[in-house]
Amino acid sequence: MKDLVEFIGKSLADNPEQVRVEANDKGYETVYTLYVAPDDMGRLIGKGGRIAKAIRTVVKASAIKSGVQVHVEIDEAN
Amino acid sequence: MRSIEVVARTVDEAITEALDKLQAEREDVEITILDEGTKGFLGLGSRQAKVKVEQKAPIYEVKLEAAIAFLTELLGRMDVPATVTGTSDEESVELQVSGDDLGILIGRRGQTLDSLQYITTLAVNRQGGQWVRVNLDIGDYRAKREESLRSLAQRAATKVESSGRRLALDPMNAAERRIVHQELQEFAGVQTQSEGQDPYRRVVILPK
Repeated sequence: MKDLVEFIGKSLADNPEQVRVEANDKGYETVYTLYVAPDDMGRLIGKGGRIAKAIRTVVKASAIKSGVQVHVEIDEAN
Repeated sequence: MRSIEVVARTVDEAITEALDKLQAEREDVEITILDEGTKGFLGLGSRQAKVKVEQKAPIYEVKLEAAIAFLTELLGRMDVPATVTGTSDEESVELQVSGDDLGILIGRRGQTLDSLQYITTLAVNRQGGQWVRVNLDIGDYRAKREESLRSLAQRAATKVESSGRRLALDPMNAAERRIVHQELQEFAGVQTQSEGQDPYRRVVILPK
């Protein structure tokens, strides 16, 4: 799953080398935080959060099979 | 990809001749000079020029390949092995996904399908160049959905025409609303409009 989030992030970012994913197991769900370069925030979130929403939809669809709850956050890498 | 080698008196002449043979423009080809040629002296020791001219694939073919590669890898990482095929022209890239586990990729009301299409569009257009539209269908979902939207529109319009009362359809995305509007353009007794805000925006059919 981390693989998938990272692949999408790298495919959409202008600075793929700065893309990093952190997984946090919260028991009932796993939160994946996608860290991208500050310049890439817009490219990953999109107008009205449209891109972020599409990413979440795809990642959640993939999680259905494994029966886990997932959540994707997007944040600036520092 | 077509490629030819041409020999002529000068490099320029060889290139012109090659472009002529390929029926191509200069910006659509890759030119390699194999031999500059030399005029020699009084015709002595002269050598003709030789160039290799290779036709570049059109941008939409490059984007089709990129789209297929991207989506195949994405589906692989989603653990849903599937086959991606496609065609493309100047207007759009058309992709087809076939396989066993397609329900997951379509999602409720085609939401996942729309997201996959959107992400693929962004990924293949990221590098810039000419922007291309990507249309994605999974196991005929869109084709079937379009058919059922058309028949739904016809049934609803017939109802509005006979009752003389307006009728609001379920919320739909822009692409689906367009299909309904289009379908009822020719329907004499009614007119259509969209009302509300996404994601609840819906087509309303009104008597004329």
